Amino acid sequence: MKTVVCVKQVPDSETKVVIPEGGLWIDDSNVNYVLNPYDEYAVEEALRIQEKLGGEIIIVSAGPGRAATAIRNALAMGANSGVHIKDDNLRMGLSVAKILAEAIKPLEPDLILLGKQAIDDDNLQVGPMIAELLNLPSVSVVSKLEITENGGTAERDIEGGKEVMEFSLPAVITAQKGLNEPRYASLKGIMMAKKKPMVEKQASDIPGGITITKMEYPPKRQEGKTFKNGVEAVPEVVRLLREEAKAI
Amino acid sequence: MSDYAAFFIEIRDGKIRNVSYETATVARNLAKESGLIPIGIAVGSGFSTDLDIFGKYGIPEVVAVDHAGFSDYSPEAYTAAVVDFIKKYNPSFFIMSASAMGKDLSPRIAARLDTELISDIIDIKLVDGKIEAVKPVFAGKARITISTNSPIQFVTLRPKVFLPSEDSATSCTVTASDFDPSSVEVRARIKEVIKGTSGKVDLTEADIIVSGGRGLQDTKNFDILEKLAEAVGGVVGASRAVVDAGWRPHADQVGQTGKTVTPGLYIAIGISGAIQHLAGMSSSKCIVAVNKDPDAPIFTIADYGIVGDLFEIVPALTEEFNKVIR
Ligand SMILES: Cc1cc2nc3c(=O)[nH]c(=O)nc-3n(C[C@H](O)[C@H](O)[C@H](O)COP(=O)(O)OP(=O)(O)OC[C@H]3O[C@@H](n4cnc5c(N)ncnc54)[C@H](O)[C@@H]3O)c2cc1C
Repeated sequence: MKTVVCVKQVPDSETKVVIPEGGLWIDDSNVNYVLNPYDEYAVEEALRIQEKLGGEIIIVSAGPGRAATAIRNALAMGANSGVHIKDDNLRMGLSVAKILAEAIKPLEPDLILLGKQAIDDDNLQVGPMIAELLNLPSVSVVSKLEITENGGTAERDIEGGKEVMEFSLPAVITAQKGLNEPRYASLKGIMMAKKKPMVEKQASDIPGGITITKMEYPPKRQEGKTFKNGVEAVPEVVRLLREEAKAI
Repeated sequence: MSDYAAFFIEIRDGKIRNVSYETATVARNLAKESGLIPIGIAVGSGFSTDLDIFGKYGIPEVVAVDHAGFSDYSPEAYTAAVVDFIKKYNPSFFIMSASAMGKDLSPRIAARLDTELISDIIDIKLVDGKIEAVKPVFAGKARITISTNSPIQFVTLRPKVFLPSEDSATSCTVTASDFDPSSVEVRARIKEVIKGTSGKVDLTEADIIVSGGRGLQDTKNFDILEKLAEAVGGVVGASRAVVDAGWRPHADQVGQTGKTVTPGLYIAIGISGAIQHLAGMSSSKCIVAVNKDPDAPIFTIADYGIVGDLFEIVPALTEEFNKVIR
């Protein structure tokens, strides 16, 4: 089984977002970059599949120089090699999928895993787009996965339930929380990761098709009322919910 | 040029899903503003008779791709059907919902058409005939305004943000499409659909959510939340701490790595209000928090906060709601 896992380096979920005056993206001078949490589920799943079926795991990431750290993080968890497509453009959408698909194609993987979304642009686009560009089946937002030599079964979350899907390989799967519990990289893993092969490529000149014209903070919520008198506040809060907020 | 502003009608179990009236409303408003004709596309099996209901929303035509091959959702077959429709009608706008189906299907359609896609938007406006959309990023900690130059302006709407509105009723013609899915190679198909707790509304679609956190101490104590939810007509959600402890299923998790919800009323019980939890619920219209710690961050975004022991307050809330709501 040859598995490609696409990963992205993103600001960690604790990040305090700071938007520079007139800026179109966050000020990242104090940002701690991490491997996208959903991609960790994808890497972990690839490792479990490898433990069962053997084969190799290649990590592919497109991004600026610092993105190499995210690839090393995945190698430290146990993946075998990395491909870093160097790209300094802030991209989202179809051009990302095209760049990744182009890098994945010659690798001829049996399985392509990604996180269901990156927690910076929150787009949920790249996985199914890659599947389409490479003409492969896909299942997205997967919280349970069973892979055999030539196919698999995946459960994906939908409103009020789950769809169980059967698919043939090669296929693209995007990972949802709940898929597994990602392992921590061991010290030995971290040391070994430094020596694992990593190919660097320059991103091809695919223009981005999305233009950001403004970035802003969400509107502030109105100041609330806090009652310190515990259970005695209940009738008053229920009255306010009915009469002031008209929420019930 | 094109004559149409198109929208996707989502069908599950032969029924029209409510998000379809949201996409219809947005497509109709765009059509009005730009002198186009709104048109719907529905893909499924054995449903086409109800589709004229879109006349109430001012939609004069719906194309129905009704075929046994579409009885279950399949990304490949549905993509082929929608792309066939788009090639025939060549709409200027295509509007879908960022529902589970929409999130899965829209990127495939976009890639097949070689067009950009703007996902999960919360506001929309037309500037020189192009869509300028606002979408949350960083789990709602910021929002960006974006546009594309793609000939088809393709967006998905965050559910429950664009409220459906009816319009001067027109008669709606349902046109049967002759698209036949048997020519499509389907390599991923549904084997089974597992329904969650019977009849429960999904959190992303609920008007009222009562969420419990680690303060509940044990899975069995969620009984009191179920009772409270029943009293206000809501559904129960949870923090990640609760889900990770195995007290509630992952489908109930609200937050950055759970669901993003925008109910009319969100009641947070025994939840501290970590930044990743707030990410999923801070756009709720009204927020109530119950927590024994007066410094819990949840109080910074609550409209009404009660400081105290949830084991006293929750039953009292249930009783009071039962008194005033009937
Ligand atoms: C990458 C990442 C993603 C994450 N994603 C999510 C996510 O999607 N959703 C999410 O919720 N979290 C998420 N988290 C976890 C988050 O950081 C918090 O750990 C979690 O939200 C805490 O859950 P809690 O509020 O239930 O528990 P706690 O923080 O332990 O809070 C329990 C609260 O209950 C109160 N309490 C205790 N007893 C009582 C009582 N008797 N009466 C009244 N109040 C009481 C306490 O004062 C406290 O405020 C994520 C974390 C990371 C790192």
